[in-house]
Amino acid sequence: MSAAQQPTTTPAAPTPAGPDEPSRWHNVFREITTGNAIISVLAVVLALLVGAVMIAFTNDTVQETAGYFFSRPGDLLNAVWDAVSGAYSALFQGSVYNFRRPSFADGIKPLTETLTYATPLIAAGLGVALGFRVGLFNIGGRGQMLIAATLGGWVAFAVELPAGIHMVAALVAGVIGGALWGGLVGLLKARTGAHEVITTIMLNYVAFYLVSFLLRDGFLKTPGSNNPKSPATKETAVFFDLLGPNYNLHFGFILVIAATVFTWWLLGRSNLGFKFRAVGENPNAARVAGISVSRMYIYAMLLSGGLVGLAGINQVLGTTTSGFGAGIDSGIGFDAITVALLGRSKPWGVFAAGILFGAFKAGSFSMQAAEGVPIDIVLVVQSLIVLFIAAPPLVRAIFRLPAPGAPRRRPVPNVTQEVAAK
Amino acid sequence: MSTIAPVNQPTQPVEPGDGPATTVIKSWKVPIVLGVFTVLGFLLLVVFGRSGTSTMVLSTSSDLIQLPDVLLPTRETGIVVSVLMLAITGVSIWMVQTHRKTPLWLISVFALLLLIGFLAWASADARIPVPGLLFGSLSLAVPLIFGALGGVISERVGVVNVAIEGQLLAGAFTSAIVASVTQQPLLGLVAAMIAGTLVSFVLAAFAIKYFVDQVIVGVVLNVLVTGLTGFLFSQVLAPNAALLNQPPKFERINIPLLSEIPIIGPVFFRQTLIVYIMYIAVAAVYYGIFHTRWGLRLRSVGEHPQAADTVGINVNGTRFWNVSLAGAVAGLGGAYFTLGSVGAFGKEMTAGAGFIALAAVIFGRWDPIRATLAALLFGFASNLQNVLSIIGSPVPSEFMLMLPYLVTIFAVAGLVGQSRGPAASGKPYLKS
Repeated sequence: MSAAQQPTTTPAAPTPAGPDEPSRWHNVFREITTGNAIISVLAVVLALLVGAVMIAFTNDTVQETAGYFFSRPGDLLNAVWDAVSGAYSALFQGSVYNFRRPSFADGIKPLTETLTYATPLIAAGLGVALGFRVGLFNIGGRGQMLIAATLGGWVAFAVELPAGIHMVAALVAGVIGGALWGGLVGLLKARTGAHEVITTIMLNYVAFYLVSFLLRDGFLKTPGSNNPKSPATKETAVFFDLLGPNYNLHFGFILVIAATVFTWWLLGRSNLGFKFRAVGENPNAARVAGISVSRMYIYAMLLSGGLVGLAGINQVLGTTTSGFGAGIDSGIGFDAITVALLGRSKPWGVFAAGILFGAFKAGSFSMQAAEGVPIDIVLVVQSLIVLFIAAPPLVRAIFRLPAPGAPRRRPVPNVTQEVAAK
Repeated sequence: MSTIAPVNQPTQPVEPGDGPATTVIKSWKVPIVLGVFTVLGFLLLVVFGRSGTSTMVLSTSSDLIQLPDVLLPTRETGIVVSVLMLAITGVSIWMVQTHRKTPLWLISVFALLLLIGFLAWASADARIPVPGLLFGSLSLAVPLIFGALGGVISERVGVVNVAIEGQLLAGAFTSAIVASVTQQPLLGLVAAMIAGTLVSFVLAAFAIKYFVDQVIVGVVLNVLVTGLTGFLFSQVLAPNAALLNQPPKFERINIPLLSEIPIIGPVFFRQTLIVYIMYIAVAAVYYGIFHTRWGLRLRSVGEHPQAADTVGINVNGTRFWNVSLAGAVAGLGGAYFTLGSVGAFGKEMTAGAGFIALAAVIFGRWDPIRATLAALLFGFASNLQNVLSIIGSPVPSEFMLMLPYLVTIFAVAGLVGQSRGPAASGKPYLKS
C-alpha cells in the first residue's frame, strides 16, 4: 500500500562544491519544509480549516449577519469567529484538557477519554494495517469484532472463573473468535481464490444477523428479558481501571500498546513478517522465492482478524460492560480502515493515528453538546486529513513549499514497469 | 473458472488430439458445490420436509390476462426437486470425468430448481405472490445495478472505484434537495448525476494527478461524503424539511402492451422512469464497452496503458473522463433512493449498497451484464426475506436475511473462484 508513497526523506544530496552551494541553514530549512512531519501538520491544519468553513456557513448567527454584511461587516466576522472558535475549543476541551475544571485531576479527564476511545481504534487499525501490508483489504472489521464480542462476551458472562483468569480466558476467546472469522476469509482466498473484499463484506452481514439471532433467541439472550441485549459482563472478567474508578481508561490500553509492539516486531523483525511484506510487495516474486503465498494469506488474515478481535473484546470487557447488542462494533471496523491508512500501515503510525481519531471522537461529543455542531463534521475532518496526507504534492502546492530534491521528482511506482515487462 | 493456463498446472492431463487452447483441467469444484447443495436441499426439503400445499400466485389483480394459481404439493415438490438436483450433480461429475466444463446453463437450472423447492417448502399452506416478489427484487436491485455499472466502467479503464457508496449517497442527497426545491424529479436526476461526477472528479484527481493509492481515495471519499451529507442533513435539511427534503417521486409508467404480458409485464414494464433508464444504461454500457471504439480504448487503457499510449491514446485523459462518467452513472442510482423508493433523504440511507455493488462488480467479473445479474441476485435475496416474513416462514428471519450473503460466499468461493480484474486496474500510469 505504502509503496507508492514512500516518504522521500533523502535530504538535499551533497552537491558538488560549486559557487552557488546553498548555506547550511538553507539546507536545514529545506529539510524542515520538505519533510514528512510538516506535511502531516499542514494536512491537519487544512482539514481543520475546511471544517471551520463548514461550521461557519451553517451557523445561524453567521447567516443572519451575512444579510447585512455591507453595512456592518464586523458582525459577520465576529459571528464567524464565535462559531468556529467555540466549536474547536469545545473539541479541544473535550479531548485534551478541560480548563473549566478546577483541579488538574478533573481537567485532564478528557485526555484519558481520548485514550479510551483510541484503544479499540488502534487495535482494529493494526489488524487492517497488517492486512494492507500483505496486500489484503480487510473490510470485515465489523464481523470480526462481532464474533469476538460474541465468544469473549459469552465466556465473560456465562463462565465462573476466579478474577484475572476469567479476564484472560474471555480475552483469549474473543481474540480467537476474531481470528477465526478473519482466517475463514484467508482460507477461502487461499483455497478458492475468492476475493477478500467480497467475502469480508459478506461475512460482516452474516456475523451481524448471526449475533442478532443469538441475542434474540440464542445463548446470548438475557434470561427473562425481551431486549436483544446480552447479560452484563461478570465483575471477574472486566478490565481493571488504570487510573482508579474516576477515569474510564482501562487495562485495554496496555493491551493495545503490547499489540502495537507485537505488530511492529512481527512486521519489522520476524521471519514471518518478512514473508508477509514480500507477498504484499509482489506475490509473484514471493512465490518464485519459495514463499507459500496462500499460506501467508491464511496467517495474515488470522492475525489481522485476531487484532480486530482484540478491539471487539475490548468493547465488551472494557467499554460496554453492562451487556451488549448487535451494534457493539459501533462502526470501529470501518473507522479502522481510515486509521490504518492515516498511519500508513505502520504499527506506530497506526498508534498515533488511533490516538488522533480517539481525540476527535471524544471531542466531538462535547462539541455537539456545547455548540450544537453535528458529530459528522469529525468524519469530514478525518477523511480530509487522510486525503491531504496521502497527496503531499497537493499540500505543497497549496502552501507553496519547495518540493524535495531540486529537480521536481515524482515518486515512481514500480508497478508500471512490471506491467511493461510482461 | 476452471480454465487455468497450462503453465500453472504441469501435471494436468492433456487430452490427446486436443489443441492446447481447448484444454480443460479436471476441476472438481463445480460437482462438489452442486453435491453440497443437493445434500442440503435433500435434508431441508425431504428429511425436514413439510406437508401441505404451496400456492404460487402468478397474476396480479390488474392483469388483463389472468393466469391460474399454481398449486404445488409441498412434500412431493421437494422430492422431485431433490431427484432432479441429484441428476444434475451426476451429469456434472460425468462431464468433469470426460474433461468437459459444466455449462453455465446447467448450473442456472440447478439454482432455479433449488429456489423453486425452497419457495415451495417455505410457503407450505400459504400463497406466494410471484410477480410481487420479482417486482420488489428489481426495485431493490436498481441502485445496485447503477452502482455496479459505475464500478465496471471505472475499473475497466483502470481506476479502482471503492467510492461507489459515496457516489450513491451524494446522488441521493443532491437529488433530494434539487427535486424538492424545483419540484421537478427530472432535474433531481440531473443533479444526482452531477453530484456523482463531482465525487468522481476528486477520485480521479487524487488517483491520476497525485498518484494516491486508489483504494485509499475510494475509502476516504466514502467517509467524506457520509460526513458531509450527514452534517448538512442535520444542519440544513432537517430544520427546513418542508422546503428541502420533500422531493416529488417519479410516477410509475405502464408501457402499453408490454405491461400486459403475464408475469414479465407487471415486473419489468410497470416501473418508474429511473428503472427504464437503467435498462437503457445496462444495454448501452454493454454495447459501448464491447462493440464501440470508445469501449476498445477504455479497455485497452485499463489492460495495458503503455500499449494504448504507444498508439496515441491519451491514457490519463481517457481515465479521467471515464471515471467521471462512472460517477454520473452511480449518481443516478443514488437518485433512486430519494426519487424512486423512499421519497426523502435520510442519514446514511444507502446503508452499504455501494459495497454490495462493489461485490457485484467482482462477482460479475467486470462484465456489465454479469454484474447486473449479480446485483439482481442480491435484490432478489433481500426481497425474498421480506416476502417470507409476511407469509410467516418457519426459519428465523435472521437466517433468511443472512441467506443472500451466504449464497454469495458459496458462489464466489465455489463457482467464480479467482476473479481477475483488468490488468492495470489500481495502478497509476506514468509516462516514462
